[in-house]
Amino acid sequence: MIRFESVTKEYPDGTVAVDALSLTAPTGKITVLVGPSGCGKTTSLRMINRMIEPTGGRILIDDRDTSSIDSAELRRGIGYVIQHAGLFPHRTILANIATVPLLLGWDRAKATSRALELMDRVGLPQSFAKRYPSQLSGGQQQRVGVARALAADPPVMLMDEPFSAVDPIVREQLQDEFLRLQGEIGKTIVFVTHDIDEAIKLGDQVAVLRVGGRLAQLAAPEELLSQPVDDFVADFVGRDRGYRTLGFRTASFPTSTEPTVRLGATVEELRAVSNDRWVLVLDDNDHPVGWVEPDRVDGSVSRDALHRGGTVASTDGPLRQALDAALSAPSGRGVIVGPDGVFVGTVRARDLIAPIEASAASERAAADAARTEPGGSGEPGDLVVTEPKAR
Amino acid sequence: MDWFTSHLDDVWRLLVVHAYLAGLPLLLGLLVALPLGWLARRFSWAYPPLIIGTGLLYTLPSLAVFILLPGILHTRILDPVNVLVAMTVYTVALLVRTVADGLGAIPEDVRLAANAMGYRPVRRLLGVELPLAVPVISAGLRVAAVSNVSIVSVAAIIGVEQLGSLFTDGFNRAFFPPIVTGILACGVLALLFDVVIVVLTRLMTPWTRARAAS
Ligand SMILES: Nc1ncnc2c1ncn2[C@@H]1O[C@H](COP(=O)(O)OP(=O)(O)O)[C@@H](O)[C@H]1O
Ligand SMILES: [Mg+2]
Repeated sequence: MIRFESVTKEYPDGTVAVDALSLTAPTGKITVLVGPSGCGKTTSLRMINRMIEPTGGRILIDDRDTSSIDSAELRRGIGYVIQHAGLFPHRTILANIATVPLLLGWDRAKATSRALELMDRVGLPQSFAKRYPSQLSGGQQQRVGVARALAADPPVMLMDEPFSAVDPIVREQLQDEFLRLQGEIGKTIVFVTHDIDEAIKLGDQVAVLRVGGRLAQLAAPEELLSQPVDDFVADFVGRDRGYRTLGFRTASFPTSTEPTVRLGATVEELRAVSNDRWVLVLDDNDHPVGWVEPDRVDGSVSRDALHRGGTVASTDGPLRQALDAALSAPSGRGVIVGPDGVFVGTVRARDLIAPIEASAASERAAADAARTEPGGSGEPGDLVVTEPKAR
Repeated sequence: MDWFTSHLDDVWRLLVVHAYLAGLPLLLGLLVALPLGWLARRFSWAYPPLIIGTGLLYTLPSLAVFILLPGILHTRILDPVNVLVAMTVYTVALLVRTVADGLGAIPEDVRLAANAMGYRPVRRLLGVELPLAVPVISAGLRVAAVSNVSIVSVAAIIGVEQLGSLFTDGFNRAFFPPIVTGILACGVLALLFDVVIVVLTRLMTPWTRARAAS
């Protein structure tokens, strides 16, 4: 657990970058600091490992005041990932990853085998071990940066806009892998970004900072979307807030049975199961692969003949996914699978409205209860996430 | 050509001495310039005096230095130590700025990453900053090598023997072959130094040749 206690940083030129910041980053969770450029995110992050010294207040890691720990020792116990990875250009990928273990005095063989293991973990082929950073793409370098930060298995990781310098597709991929990795390793992470969508996607809790380094709101992502505390946060969180909260809500909803065929089915079989314009096709494992129009099938259903525009939602996924599946299906019937990917049934958008309304109502009721109860989550700075986020 | 073949032994002996008088100060000068360059980079107030001060050293006329040094060092005028010290001073003059610039050219995010990972200053210097500054320092060293080979020959005027002695000898006798031989031998020596420095640099910087090869 990392605790900021009324931490202030005033630079020698008088700029107050962080102003009496109090917040707690719970153990094993991702706390995202988000806000416009210059609001003090980097300064806050660097005060944790004392690359920048606070001018007021204190920071505790697991109840130890960081100012009482030798700064180099402290940093070796905290993984740090920066925007452009900051890899050492003169060292191979393997040597880059082994940096902190070697600084800690591990023997070379152990450090090397640990580095190889981490390359695996972050999805880098072992053939990269002897390459230099300049031989890797930006996204690959960023993976090395993450591996390097994790090498000595630090309980705490600090990440300063680690994915913002790569293109959007790679960024999305890195984010997904990062969440998967965090699911395995459960580090206490403080993650800085200026991108609210990234904050909402990655954070267990999100701290919105305003310029001048003041905390505007600290909340779980869904609460930030549904109950921004003021205009600044509302503006920053942006449009489509109501719709985006569906990304965090799960609810059960009715599904209908749907006639299906398997890949390779003939036109006659298609006509036999349904006279609808669209028929759903499954593979041999009962996983949906796409929709097909019997009128356009020539002989039998091949993968090439499939319409692939529709998305697939899981019964245990958020409502947003189910609604998106319904809206994107060419038939208007959203494809729903179980957690194992096996086809369950379909759902129409109109059948989702009632569950959505019910979940919004219960959310509002919970928020009202929190507001009237003293010390509830309406109080910024005190929030500790207790419910793990469904992923 | 006749003169050259009949004086091969002499020329070889002078070449070896010349290499010693120009080469050893290159190493000594580098050893002195490294901490000075680091200081200039580490403390911003130290940068102007160190860079300007050592830069001025290079403007000292070499002949005057060769004549004055024995008085300062209490050495005999013909002692090769005088030349070694003078050449070390010239090397330092050229290399302090190079070292400071080389250390300063390290990307900010690399330096930050090193700090964030818990490097202490000395280990960071030896393990990260110096290796990355090698290409820049090596470029400076190549200039210093050529400059040393050329300046050392001036010491012939005060009587310290090396390839420059061929110039004084030829001049005194109005006889060209030793002069031409001296010029060529200096050129060969400078080239040799250059090759050694380039080869060592290549061995120390494999990463500079690793380019996107996926
Ligand atoms: N070394 C410094 N000296 C003076 N002001 C600084 C320094 N570093 C950052 N600042 C200022 O502090 C504020 C916060 O900076 P920073 O923490 O980098 O913001 P962010 O990471 O949110 O963009 C900015 O106004 C910035 O200009
Ligand atoms: Mg920043």
